[in-house]
Amino acid sequence: MNVERKSGEIVRYEFSTRLNHWIVAISFILLALSGLALFHPALFWLTTLFGGGPWTRILHPFLGLVMVLAFAFLAVKLWRYNVLEPRDRQWLRQIDDVLDNREENLPDVGRYNAGQKLLFYAIVLCLLGLFASGIVMWRAYFAFPVEVIRFASLLHAVCALVLICAIVVHIYAAIWVKGSMRAMTRGTVSPGWAWKHHRAWFREVEGIERK
Amino acid sequence: MALQSLDIIRRSATTLPEPQARGAHTGQVAKLIDVTKCIGCKACQVACMEWNDLRDEIGTCTGHYDNPHDLSDQSWTLMRFAEYENPKGDLEWLIRKDGCMHCADPGCLKACPSPGAIVQYANGIVDFHEENCIGCGYCITGCPFNIPRISKKDHKAYKCTLCSDRVAVGLEPACVKTCPTGAIVFGTKEDMQQHAAERIEDLKSRGFEQAGLYDPEGVGGTHVMYVLHHADQPQLYSGLPEKPKISAMVGLWKGVGKPLGLFAILATAAVGFLHYLRVGRNETDERDEEAARRELEKTP
Ligand code: HEM
Ligand code: SF4
Repeated sequence: MNVERKSGEIVRYEFSTRLNHWIVAISFILLALSGLALFHPALFWLTTLFGGGPWTRILHPFLGLVMVLAFAFLAVKLWRYNVLEPRDRQWLRQIDDVLDNREENLPDVGRYNAGQKLLFYAIVLCLLGLFASGIVMWRAYFAFPVEVIRFASLLHAVCALVLICAIVVHIYAAIWVKGSMRAMTRGTVSPGWAWKHHRAWFREVEGIERK
Repeated sequence: MALQSLDIIRRSATTLPEPQARGAHTGQVAKLIDVTKCIGCKACQVACMEWNDLRDEIGTCTGHYDNPHDLSDQSWTLMRFAEYENPKGDLEWLIRKDGCMHCADPGCLKACPSPGAIVQYANGIVDFHEENCIGCGYCITGCPFNIPRISKKDHKAYKCTLCSDRVAVGLEPACVKTCPTGAIVFGTKEDMQQHAAERIEDLKSRGFEQAGLYDPEGVGGTHVMYVLHHADQPQLYSGLPEKPKISAMVGLWKGVGKPLGLFAILATAAVGFLHYLRVGRNETDERDEEAARRELEKTP
Protein backbone atom coordinates (compact mmCIF):
# COMPACT_ATOMS: atom_id res chain seq x y z
CA MET A 1 0.00 0.00 0.00
CA ASN A 2 1.02 3.50 -0.74
CA VAL A 3 2.46 4.73 2.53
CA GLU A 4 3.81 8.26 2.77
CA ARG A 5 4.16 10.86 5.43
CA LYS A 6 2.25 14.10 5.46
CA SER A 7 2.84 16.65 8.18
CA GLY A 8 4.50 14.05 10.36
CA GLU A 9 1.61 11.62 10.16
CA ILE A 10 1.80 8.14 8.69
CA VAL A 11 -0.85 7.19 6.18
CA ARG A 12 -2.41 3.84 7.15
CA TYR A 13 -5.48 3.73 4.91
CA GLU A 14 -5.95 5.61 1.69
CA PHE A 15 -9.35 7.10 0.92
CA SER A 16 -10.64 4.17 -1.16
CA THR A 17 -9.85 1.69 1.62
CA ARG A 18 -11.56 3.84 4.22
CA LEU A 19 -14.63 4.24 2.06
CA ASN A 20 -14.65 0.52 1.41
CA HIS A 21 -14.36 -0.20 5.13
CA TRP A 22 -17.23 2.08 6.04
CA ILE A 23 -19.50 0.63 3.37
CA VAL A 24 -18.81 -2.74 4.99
CA ALA A 25 -19.32 -1.36 8.49
CA ILE A 26 -22.58 0.46 7.76
CA SER A 27 -24.07 -2.45 5.85
CA PHE A 28 -23.00 -4.73 8.69
CA ILE A 29 -24.79 -2.61 11.29
CA LEU A 30 -27.96 -2.58 9.19
CA LEU A 31 -27.67 -6.33 8.63
CA ALA A 32 -27.17 -7.05 12.30
CA LEU A 33 -30.16 -4.92 13.28
CA SER A 34 -32.48 -6.37 10.65
CA GLY A 35 -31.23 -9.91 11.22
CA LEU A 36 -31.55 -9.76 15.00
CA ALA A 37 -35.08 -8.38 14.56
CA LEU A 38 -36.04 -11.67 12.94
CA PHE A 39 -33.87 -13.75 15.24
CA HIS A 40 -35.41 -13.03 18.61
CA PRO A 41 -38.96 -11.88 19.43
CA ALA A 42 -37.57 -9.46 22.01
CA LEU A 43 -35.90 -7.57 19.17
CA PHE A 44 -38.71 -7.66 16.62
CA TRP A 45 -39.33 -3.96 17.27
CA LEU A 46 -36.12 -3.27 15.33
CA THR A 47 -38.13 -3.96 12.16
CA THR A 48 -39.64 -0.49 12.69
CA LEU A 49 -36.28 0.98 11.69
CA PHE A 50 -36.64 -0.64 8.28
CA GLY A 51 -40.31 0.17 7.64
CA GLY A 52 -41.90 -2.88 9.21
CA GLY A 53 -41.58 -6.66 9.06
CA PRO A 54 -42.05 -7.22 5.33
CA TRP A 55 -39.59 -4.45 4.42
CA THR A 56 -37.06 -5.89 6.83
CA ARG A 57 -37.45 -9.26 5.19
CA ILE A 58 -37.10 -7.72 1.72
CA LEU A 59 -34.10 -5.48 2.49
CA HIS A 60 -31.95 -7.80 4.61
CA PRO A 61 -30.71 -10.08 1.80
CA PHE A 62 -29.91 -7.18 -0.52
CA LEU A 63 -27.91 -5.51 2.25
CA GLY A 64 -26.13 -8.83 2.62
CA LEU A 65 -25.10 -8.76 -1.01
CA VAL A 66 -23.74 -5.22 -0.56
CA MET A 67 -21.70 -6.24 2.44
CA VAL A 68 -20.33 -9.45 0.92
CA LEU A 69 -19.31 -7.66 -2.25
CA ALA A 70 -17.77 -4.72 -0.40
CA PHE A 71 -15.94 -7.01 1.97
CA ALA A 72 -14.61 -9.08 -0.92
CA PHE A 73 -12.82 -5.95 -2.22
CA LEU A 74 -11.52 -5.11 1.25
CA ALA A 75 -10.31 -8.65 1.83
CA VAL A 76 -8.45 -8.80 -1.49
CA LYS A 77 -6.77 -5.52 -0.63
CA LEU A 78 -5.77 -6.53 2.89
CA TRP A 79 -5.17 -10.24 2.53
CA ARG A 80 -1.39 -10.02 2.13
CA TYR A 81 -1.00 -8.08 5.40
CA ASN A 82 -2.97 -10.71 7.28
CA VAL A 83 -0.88 -13.75 6.37
CA LEU A 84 0.12 -15.42 9.62
CA GLU A 85 3.82 -15.39 10.51
CA PRO A 86 5.87 -17.27 13.14
CA ARG A 87 6.06 -14.19 15.36
CA ASP A 88 2.25 -14.16 15.66
CA ARG A 89 2.46 -17.29 17.76
CA GLN A 90 4.56 -15.53 20.36
CA TRP A 91 2.13 -12.62 20.42
CA LEU A 92 -0.77 -14.97 21.08
CA ARG A 93 1.16 -16.72 23.84
CA GLN A 94 1.55 -13.38 25.58
CA ILE A 95 -2.13 -12.49 25.30
CA ASP A 96 -2.04 -11.49 29.00
CA ASP A 97 0.46 -8.76 28.23
CA VAL A 98 -1.71 -7.64 25.35
CA LEU A 99 -4.82 -7.39 27.50
CA ASP A 100 -2.98 -5.62 30.33
CA ASN A 101 -1.50 -2.96 28.03
CA ARG A 102 2.08 -4.20 28.61
CA GLU A 103 3.03 -3.90 24.99
CA GLU A 104 6.70 -3.33 25.78
CA ASN A 105 6.99 -7.08 26.56
CA LEU A 106 5.61 -8.14 23.19
CA PRO A 107 7.53 -9.03 20.05
CA ASP A 108 7.51 -6.40 17.31
CA VAL A 109 4.25 -6.35 15.41
CA GLY A 110 3.88 -5.85 11.65
CA ARG A 111 1.04 -4.06 9.95
CA TYR A 112 -1.45 -6.19 11.86
CA ASN A 113 -1.09 -8.14 15.08
CA ALA A 114 -2.11 -11.77 15.46
CA GLY A 115 -5.44 -10.82 17.01
CA GLN A 116 -6.33 -8.61 14.07
CA LYS A 117 -5.32 -11.34 11.66
CA LEU A 118 -7.41 -14.00 13.38
CA LEU A 119 -10.33 -11.60 13.43
CA PHE A 120 -9.81 -11.06 9.72
CA TYR A 121 -10.10 -14.79 9.01
CA ALA A 122 -13.08 -15.11 11.35
CA ILE A 123 -14.84 -12.45 9.29
CA VAL A 124 -13.90 -14.18 6.03
CA LEU A 125 -15.25 -17.54 7.23
CA CYS A 126 -18.42 -16.11 8.72
CA LEU A 127 -19.17 -14.14 5.60
CA LEU A 128 -18.69 -17.19 3.40
CA GLY A 129 -21.09 -19.09 5.64
CA LEU A 130 -23.57 -16.24 5.74
CA PHE A 131 -23.46 -15.74 2.00
CA ALA A 132 -23.98 -19.41 1.10
CA SER A 133 -26.69 -20.03 3.69
CA GLY A 134 -28.35 -16.69 2.98
CA ILE A 135 -28.78 -17.55 -0.68
CA VAL A 136 -30.34 -20.88 0.31
CA MET A 137 -32.80 -19.11 2.65
CA TRP A 138 -33.77 -16.48 0.09
CA ARG A 139 -37.15 -17.88 -0.90
CA ALA A 140 -38.13 -14.96 -3.07
CA TYR A 141 -35.52 -15.97 -5.65
CA PHE A 142 -34.25 -19.45 -4.87
CA ALA A 143 -35.79 -22.84 -4.20
CA PHE A 144 -33.77 -25.46 -2.32
CA PRO A 145 -34.84 -28.74 -0.68
CA VAL A 146 -36.32 -28.10 2.75
CA GLU A 147 -33.64 -30.12 4.56
CA VAL A 148 -30.97 -27.89 3.01
CA ILE A 149 -32.94 -24.79 3.99
CA ARG A 150 -33.20 -26.03 7.58
CA PHE A 151 -29.46 -26.56 7.79
CA ALA A 152 -28.84 -23.19 6.16
CA SER A 153 -31.12 -21.44 8.65
CA LEU A 154 -29.15 -22.84 11.57
CA LEU A 155 -25.81 -22.09 9.91
CA HIS A 156 -26.88 -18.54 9.10
CA ALA A 157 -27.79 -17.88 12.72
CA VAL A 158 -24.54 -19.38 14.04
CA CYS A 159 -22.32 -17.48 11.59
CA ALA A 160 -24.21 -14.25 12.25
CA LEU A 161 -23.80 -14.57 16.02
CA VAL A 162 -20.10 -15.40 15.77
CA LEU A 163 -19.61 -12.43 13.42
CA ILE A 164 -21.54 -10.04 15.63
CA CYS A 165 -19.49 -11.09 18.67
CA ALA A 166 -16.30 -10.74 16.60
CA ILE A 167 -17.29 -7.25 15.50
CA VAL A 168 -18.13 -6.25 19.06
CA VAL A 169 -14.54 -7.19 19.90
CA HIS A 170 -13.33 -5.33 16.79
CA ILE A 171 -15.19 -2.16 17.72
CA TYR A 172 -14.04 -2.36 21.31
CA ALA A 173 -10.44 -2.80 20.15
CA ALA A 174 -10.78 0.31 18.00
CA ILE A 175 -11.90 2.29 21.06
CA TRP A 176 -9.45 0.60 23.43
CA VAL A 177 -6.34 1.31 21.39
CA LYS A 178 -6.46 5.09 21.30
CA GLY A 179 -5.51 6.61 17.98
CA SER A 180 -6.79 3.67 15.91
CA MET A 181 -10.09 5.22 15.01
CA ARG A 182 -8.31 8.03 13.22
CA ALA A 183 -6.68 5.44 10.97
CA MET A 184 -10.08 4.51 9.60
CA THR A 185 -11.60 8.00 9.62
CA ARG A 186 -8.85 10.42 8.57
CA GLY A 187 -6.56 7.68 7.29
CA THR A 188 -3.49 8.54 9.34
CA VAL A 189 -1.80 7.55 12.58
CA SER A 190 0.88 9.29 14.58
CA PRO A 191 4.44 7.95 14.39
CA GLY A 192 4.26 7.21 18.12
CA TRP A 193 1.15 5.06 17.57
CA ALA A 194 2.84 3.12 14.80
CA TRP A 195 6.03 2.73 16.83
CA LYS A 196 4.15 1.52 19.88
CA HIS A 197 1.62 -0.86 18.33
CA HIS A 198 3.07 -1.91 14.99
CA ARG A 199 6.82 -1.39 15.30
CA ALA A 200 7.88 -3.71 12.50
CA TRP A 201 5.45 -1.97 10.18
CA PHE A 202 6.74 1.43 11.39
CA ARG A 203 10.29 0.43 10.50
CA GLU A 204 9.18 -0.96 7.19
CA VAL A 205 7.61 2.39 6.39
CA GLU A 206 10.91 4.06 7.18
CA GLY A 207 12.73 1.56 5.00
CA ILE A 208 10.51 2.40 2.08
CA GLU A 209 11.25 6.06 2.77
CA ARG A 210 14.97 5.57 2.76
CA LYS A 211 15.11 4.24 -0.78
CA MET B 1 -59.60 -14.84 11.82
CA ALA B 2 -62.01 -13.68 14.43
CA LEU B 3 -62.43 -10.00 15.22
CA GLN B 4 -61.38 -10.56 18.77
CA SER B 5 -59.72 -13.69 20.04
CA LEU B 6 -59.75 -14.47 23.73
CA ASP B 7 -58.81 -18.08 23.19
CA ILE B 8 -55.23 -18.03 21.95
CA ILE B 9 -53.01 -20.59 23.65
CA ARG B 10 -49.93 -20.00 21.52
CA ARG B 11 -48.76 -17.11 19.40
CA SER B 12 -45.68 -16.95 17.19
CA ALA B 13 -42.64 -14.91 18.32
CA THR B 14 -44.27 -13.95 21.60
CA THR B 15 -42.78 -14.35 25.05
CA LEU B 16 -45.79 -13.60 27.28
CA PRO B 17 -49.22 -15.29 27.46
CA GLU B 18 -51.92 -14.15 25.06
CA PRO B 19 -55.60 -13.52 25.96
CA GLN B 20 -56.86 -16.99 26.76
CA ALA B 21 -59.80 -16.50 29.11
CA ARG B 22 -61.95 -18.61 26.83
CA GLY B 23 -60.94 -22.23 26.92
CA ALA B 24 -62.04 -25.33 25.08
CA HIS B 25 -63.72 -26.90 28.07
CA THR B 26 -65.76 -29.34 26.06
CA GLY B 27 -62.68 -30.67 24.37
CA GLN B 28 -60.42 -29.67 21.50
CA VAL B 29 -61.62 -30.24 17.97
CA ALA B 30 -60.37 -32.63 15.32
CA LYS B 31 -61.13 -33.54 11.75
CA LEU B 32 -60.96 -37.22 10.95
CA ILE B 33 -60.26 -38.20 7.36
CA ASP B 34 -61.12 -41.81 6.70
CA VAL B 35 -58.92 -42.55 3.72
CA THR B 36 -60.58 -45.95 3.33
CA LYS B 37 -63.93 -44.30 2.60
CA CYS B 38 -62.64 -41.63 0.20
CA ILE B 39 -63.63 -42.02 -3.44
CA GLY B 40 -61.46 -39.17 -4.71
CA CYS B 41 -64.34 -37.03 -5.98
CA LYS B 42 -62.63 -33.78 -4.89
CA ALA B 43 -65.88 -32.31 -3.58
CA CYS B 44 -63.88 -31.20 -0.53
CA GLN B 45 -61.47 -29.29 -2.76
CA VAL B 46 -64.38 -27.52 -4.37
CA ALA B 47 -66.05 -26.77 -1.03
CA CYS B 48 -62.77 -25.32 0.24
CA MET B 49 -62.54 -23.07 -2.82
CA GLU B 50 -66.12 -21.96 -2.41
CA TRP B 51 -66.11 -21.21 1.28
CA ASN B 52 -62.74 -19.48 1.24
CA ASP B 53 -63.27 -17.80 -2.13
CA LEU B 54 -60.14 -19.23 -3.66
CA ARG B 55 -59.55 -19.80 -7.36
CA ASP B 56 -56.33 -21.45 -8.39
CA GLU B 57 -54.97 -21.01 -11.88
CA ILE B 58 -56.12 -23.55 -14.42
CA GLY B 59 -53.12 -25.86 -14.65
CA THR B 60 -52.03 -28.54 -17.07
CA CYS B 61 -52.46 -32.30 -16.92
CA THR B 62 -49.32 -33.91 -15.57
CA GLY B 63 -50.40 -37.48 -16.24
CA HIS B 64 -52.04 -38.29 -12.94
CA TYR B 65 -55.18 -37.44 -11.05
CA ASP B 66 -53.71 -34.86 -8.68
CA ASN B 67 -55.29 -31.63 -9.78
CA PRO B 68 -53.84 -29.10 -9.18
CA HIS B 69 -50.61 -30.99 -8.78
CA ASP B 70 -49.57 -29.26 -5.58
CA LEU B 71 -50.92 -27.17 -2.74
CA SER B 72 -50.71 -23.43 -3.30
CA ASP B 73 -51.82 -20.14 -1.82
CA GLN B 74 -55.11 -20.78 -3.65
CA SER B 75 -55.38 -24.53 -3.01
CA TRP B 76 -55.39 -25.24 0.71
CA THR B 77 -56.37 -28.86 0.33
CA LEU B 78 -55.62 -31.40 -2.35
CA MET B 79 -56.44 -35.02 -3.08
CA ARG B 80 -53.23 -36.96 -3.64
CA PHE B 81 -53.62 -40.18 -5.62
CA ALA B 82 -51.17 -43.07 -5.19
CA GLU B 83 -51.28 -46.38 -7.02
CA TYR B 84 -50.02 -49.15 -4.80
CA GLU B 85 -49.60 -52.79 -5.73
CA ASN B 86 -50.03 -54.81 -2.59
CA PRO B 87 -48.08 -58.04 -1.89
CA LYS B 88 -51.01 -60.05 -3.26
CA GLY B 89 -50.53 -58.31 -6.58
CA ASP B 90 -53.71 -56.27 -6.41
CA LEU B 91 -53.82 -52.62 -7.22
CA GLU B 92 -54.90 -50.29 -4.44
CA TRP B 93 -55.78 -46.69 -5.11
CA LEU B 94 -54.74 -44.79 -2.03
CA ILE B 95 -56.27 -41.34 -2.06
CA ARG B 96 -55.28 -38.94 0.66
CA LYS B 97 -56.71 -35.51 1.27
CA ASP B 98 -53.61 -33.43 1.95
CA GLY B 99 -53.58 -30.18 3.88
CA CYS B 100 -52.55 -28.70 7.19
CA MET B 101 -52.52 -31.25 10.00
CA HIS B 102 -53.06 -28.64 12.74
CA CYS B 103 -50.28 -30.05 14.88
CA ALA B 104 -50.53 -29.76 18.65
CA ASP B 105 -46.85 -28.72 18.53
CA PRO B 106 -46.73 -26.77 15.27
CA GLY B 107 -43.34 -26.39 13.59
CA CYS B 108 -44.64 -23.46 11.55
CA LEU B 109 -45.48 -21.50 14.69
CA LYS B 110 -42.19 -22.36 16.32
CA ALA B 111 -40.22 -21.11 13.32
CA CYS B 112 -42.26 -17.95 12.67
CA PRO B 113 -40.33 -14.74 13.56
CA SER B 114 -43.29 -12.37 13.35
CA PRO B 115 -45.40 -11.83 16.49
CA GLY B 116 -48.94 -13.02 15.96
CA ALA B 117 -48.59 -14.16 12.36
CA ILE B 118 -49.37 -17.71 13.50
CA VAL B 119 -51.63 -18.56 16.42
CA GLN B 120 -53.04 -21.66 18.00
CA TYR B 121 -56.54 -21.43 19.43
CA ALA B 122 -57.70 -23.20 22.55
CA ASN B 123 -59.66 -25.60 20.37
CA GLY B 124 -56.39 -26.70 18.73
CA ILE B 125 -56.70 -24.98 15.37
CA VAL B 126 -53.48 -23.47 14.01
CA ASP B 127 -54.26 -20.31 12.06
CA PHE B 128 -52.17 -17.88 10.05
CA HIS B 129 -52.96 -14.19 10.53
CA GLU B 130 -51.72 -12.90 7.21
CA GLU B 131 -51.84 -9.24 8.21
CA ASN B 132 -48.87 -9.98 10.48
CA CYS B 133 -47.08 -12.22 7.99
CA ILE B 134 -43.77 -10.82 6.66
CA GLY B 135 -43.35 -13.43 3.92
CA CYS B 136 -40.06 -14.94 5.09
CA GLY B 137 -41.20 -18.54 4.58
CA TYR B 138 -39.81 -19.81 7.91
CA CYS B 139 -43.16 -21.58 8.47
CA ILE B 140 -42.39 -23.75 5.45
CA THR B 141 -38.94 -24.46 6.90
CA GLY B 142 -40.52 -25.43 10.21
CA CYS B 143 -43.44 -27.53 8.95
CA PRO B 144 -42.83 -31.30 8.99
CA PHE B 145 -45.65 -31.82 6.46
CA ASN B 146 -44.67 -29.34 3.71
CA ILE B 147 -47.93 -27.41 3.92
CA PRO B 148 -47.70 -23.59 3.92
CA ARG B 149 -47.33 -21.80 0.60
CA ILE B 150 -46.27 -18.22 -0.08
CA SER B 151 -48.41 -16.27 -2.52
CA LYS B 152 -46.59 -14.83 -5.51
CA LYS B 153 -49.01 -11.90 -5.43
CA ASP B 154 -48.87 -10.64 -1.85
CA HIS B 155 -45.93 -12.69 -0.47
CA LYS B 156 -47.98 -13.92 2.48
CA ALA B 157 -48.16 -17.53 3.66
CA TYR B 158 -51.43 -19.43 3.34
CA LYS B 159 -52.77 -22.81 4.36
CA CYS B 160 -55.91 -24.60 5.54
CA THR B 161 -57.56 -22.75 8.44
CA LEU B 162 -59.64 -25.78 9.43
CA CYS B 163 -62.40 -23.26 8.68
CA SER B 164 -61.65 -21.52 11.96
CA ASP B 165 -64.26 -18.93 10.97
CA ARG B 166 -66.95 -21.61 10.61
CA VAL B 167 -65.88 -23.56 13.65
CA ALA B 168 -65.95 -20.39 15.76
CA VAL B 169 -69.70 -20.10 15.14
CA GLY B 170 -70.46 -23.77 15.60
CA LEU B 171 -70.33 -25.01 12.02
CA GLU B 172 -68.20 -27.86 10.75
CA PRO B 173 -65.47 -27.18 8.16
CA ALA B 174 -66.67 -26.81 4.56
CA CYS B 175 -64.94 -30.00 3.38
CA VAL B 176 -66.65 -31.99 6.12
CA LYS B 177 -70.06 -30.60 5.22
CA THR B 178 -69.68 -31.52 1.59
CA CYS B 179 -68.11 -34.99 1.67
CA PRO B 180 -70.66 -37.33 0.02
CA THR B 181 -69.35 -40.57 1.56
CA GLY B 182 -68.87 -39.33 5.10
CA ALA B 183 -65.15 -39.93 4.82
CA ILE B 184 -64.48 -36.62 6.58
CA VAL B 185 -65.99 -36.11 9.99
CA PHE B 186 -65.51 -33.42 12.57
CA GLY B 187 -66.01 -33.18 16.31
CA THR B 188 -64.07 -33.22 19.53
CA LYS B 189 -60.75 -34.94 19.30
CA GLU B 190 -61.91 -37.56 21.77
CA ASP B 191 -65.04 -38.35 19.77
CA MET B 192 -63.00 -38.60 16.60
CA GLN B 193 -60.57 -40.99 18.22
CA GLN B 194 -63.50 -43.15 19.32
CA HIS B 195 -65.06 -43.04 15.90
CA ALA B 196 -61.72 -43.96 14.37
CA ALA B 197 -61.39 -46.92 16.73
CA GLU B 198 -64.72 -48.28 15.50
CA ARG B 199 -63.69 -47.81 11.90
CA ILE B 200 -60.37 -49.54 12.51
CA GLU B 201 -62.09 -52.50 14.12
CA ASP B 202 -64.34 -52.78 11.12
CA LEU B 203 -61.38 -52.58 8.73
CA LYS B 204 -59.48 -55.22 10.63
CA SER B 205 -62.46 -57.56 10.45
CA ARG B 206 -62.32 -57.11 6.67
CA GLY B 207 -58.71 -58.19 6.43
CA PHE B 208 -56.87 -54.89 6.79
CA GLU B 209 -54.69 -56.16 9.62
CA GLN B 210 -52.59 -53.00 9.74
CA ALA B 211 -55.45 -50.52 9.74
CA GLY B 212 -54.89 -47.73 12.23
CA LEU B 213 -55.14 -44.10 13.21
CA TYR B 214 -52.59 -41.52 12.10
CA ASP B 215 -52.23 -39.06 14.98
CA PRO B 216 -48.44 -38.70 15.10
CA GLU B 217 -46.95 -38.27 18.57
CA GLY B 218 -43.81 -36.54 17.32
CA VAL B 219 -45.78 -33.31 16.84
CA GLY B 220 -47.87 -33.85 19.97
CA GLY B 221 -50.69 -35.36 17.95
CA THR B 222 -52.66 -33.55 15.27
CA HIS B 223 -56.08 -32.01 14.95
CA VAL B 224 -56.45 -33.54 11.52
CA MET B 225 -56.16 -37.30 11.70
CA TYR B 226 -56.32 -40.09 9.16
CA VAL B 227 -57.73 -43.59 9.28
CA LEU B 228 -55.34 -45.58 7.10
CA HIS B 229 -55.65 -49.17 5.84
CA HIS B 230 -51.86 -49.42 6.08
CA ALA B 231 -51.07 -47.44 9.20
CA ASP B 232 -47.73 -49.26 9.38
CA GLN B 233 -46.66 -47.66 6.07
CA PRO B 234 -47.96 -44.10 5.96
CA GLN B 235 -45.43 -43.20 3.26
CA LEU B 236 -47.55 -45.23 0.81
CA TYR B 237 -50.04 -42.38 0.92
CA SER B 238 -48.11 -39.97 -1.29
CA GLY B 239 -45.28 -39.64 1.19
CA LEU B 240 -47.15 -39.07 4.45
CA PRO B 241 -44.23 -38.93 6.91
CA GLU B 242 -43.84 -41.96 9.12
CA LYS B 243 -42.57 -40.21 12.24
CA PRO B 244 -43.02 -36.50 11.70
CA LYS B 245 -41.45 -34.16 14.18
CA ILE B 246 -39.99 -30.68 14.18
CA SER B 247 -36.53 -30.97 12.64
CA ALA B 248 -33.69 -30.96 15.17
CA MET B 249 -32.09 -28.12 13.22
CA VAL B 250 -35.21 -25.98 13.54
CA GLY B 251 -35.33 -26.98 17.21
CA LEU B 252 -31.78 -25.71 17.82
CA TRP B 253 -32.26 -22.59 15.75
CA LYS B 254 -35.56 -21.58 17.33
CA GLY B 255 -35.00 -23.21 20.71
CA VAL B 256 -31.74 -22.83 22.66
CA GLY B 257 -30.24 -20.76 19.84
CA LYS B 258 -32.34 -17.70 20.57
CA PRO B 259 -31.50 -17.06 24.26
CA LEU B 260 -27.95 -18.38 23.85
CA GLY B 261 -27.30 -16.07 20.92
CA LEU B 262 -28.47 -12.95 22.70
CA PHE B 263 -26.54 -13.95 25.78
CA ALA B 264 -23.33 -14.40 23.78
CA ILE B 265 -23.61 -10.91 22.29
CA LEU B 266 -24.36 -9.26 25.62
CA ALA B 267 -21.60 -11.24 27.34
CA THR B 268 -19.05 -10.15 24.73
CA ALA B 269 -20.03 -6.52 25.19
CA ALA B 270 -19.92 -6.93 28.98
CA VAL B 271 -16.41 -8.41 28.85
CA GLY B 272 -15.32 -5.43 26.78
CA PHE B 273 -16.81 -3.04 29.32
CA LEU B 274 -15.15 -4.86 32.24
CA HIS B 275 -11.83 -4.75 30.42
CA TYR B 276 -12.27 -1.02 29.99
CA LEU B 277 -13.05 -0.60 33.69
CA ARG B 278 -10.08 -2.65 34.78
CA VAL B 279 -7.22 -1.69 32.46
CA GLY B 280 -8.65 1.21 30.47
CA ARG B 281 -7.46 2.47 27.16
CA ASN B 282 -4.15 1.74 25.59
CA GLU B 283 -2.86 5.23 24.90
CA THR B 284 0.09 6.55 22.99
CA ASP B 285 1.88 9.29 24.91
CA GLU B 286 4.68 11.78 24.34
CA ARG B 287 7.37 9.19 25.17
CA ASP B 288 6.17 6.99 22.31
CA GLU B 289 6.23 9.93 19.94
CA GLU B 290 9.70 10.78 21.21
CA ALA B 291 10.92 7.21 20.63
CA ALA B 292 9.47 7.25 17.14
CA ARG B 293 11.15 10.59 16.43
CA ARG B 294 14.53 9.28 17.63
CA GLU B 295 14.30 6.29 15.28
CA LEU B 296 13.27 8.53 12.42
CA GLU B 297 16.22 10.86 13.04
CA LYS B 298 18.61 7.93 12.91
CA THR B 299 17.49 7.15 9.38
CA PRO B 300 19.14 9.41 6.84
C1 HEM C 1 -18.95 0.55 13.40
C2 HEM C 1 -18.20 -0.49 13.43
C3 HEM C 1 -16.70 -0.50 13.11
C4 HEM C 1 -15.68 0.29 13.59
C5 HEM C 1 -15.80 1.40 14.61
C6 HEM C 1 -14.47 -0.18 12.95
C7 HEM C 1 -13.20 0.37 13.16
C8 HEM C 1 -12.05 -0.06 12.52
C9 HEM C 1 -10.74 0.51 12.73
C10 HEM C 1 -10.39 1.63 13.67
C11 HEM C 1 -9.87 -0.19 11.95
C12 HEM C 1 -8.36 0.03 11.82
C13 HEM C 1 -7.59 -0.93 12.70
C14 HEM C 1 -6.12 -0.89 12.37
O1 HEM C 1 -5.76 -0.29 11.37
O2 HEM C 1 -5.33 -1.49 13.13
C15 HEM C 1 -10.61 -1.20 11.24
C16 HEM C 1 -10.04 -2.12 10.37
C17 HEM C 1 -10.75 -3.15 9.76
N1 HEM C 1 -12.12 -3.37 9.87
FE1 HEM C 1 -13.43 -2.27 10.98
N2 HEM C 1 -14.77 -1.20 12.13
C18 HEM C 1 -16.13 -1.45 12.20
C19 HEM C 1 -16.85 -2.43 11.53
C20 HEM C 1 -16.27 -3.39 10.69
C21 HEM C 1 -17.00 -4.46 10.09
C22 HEM C 1 -18.49 -4.70 10.22
C23 HEM C 1 -16.09 -5.21 9.38
C24 HEM C 1 -16.31 -6.46 8.57
C25 HEM C 1 -17.24 -7.31 8.75
C26 HEM C 1 -14.81 -4.59 9.55
C27 HEM C 1 -13.65 -5.07 8.98
C28 HEM C 1 -12.42 -4.51 9.14
C29 HEM C 1 -11.21 -5.04 8.56
C30 HEM C 1 -11.08 -6.31 7.70
C31 HEM C 1 -10.16 -4.18 8.94
C32 HEM C 1 -8.67 -4.34 8.61
C33 HEM C 1 -7.98 -5.07 9.74
C34 HEM C 1 -7.44 -6.41 9.33
O3 HEM C 1 -7.36 -6.70 8.13
O4 HEM C 1 -7.13 -7.20 10.24
N3 HEM C 1 -14.95 -3.49 10.34
N4 HEM C 1 -11.94 -1.11 11.61
S1 SF4 D 1 -49.00 -29.20 9.35
FE1 SF4 D 1 -47.43 -27.63 9.04
S2 SF4 D 1 -48.58 -25.75 8.72
FE2 SF4 D 1 -50.03 -27.23 9.66
S3 SF4 D 1 -49.86 -26.83 11.90
FE3 SF4 D 1 -48.40 -28.49 11.41
S4 SF4 D 1 -46.48 -27.36 11.08
FE4 SF4 D 1 -48.12 -25.83 10.91
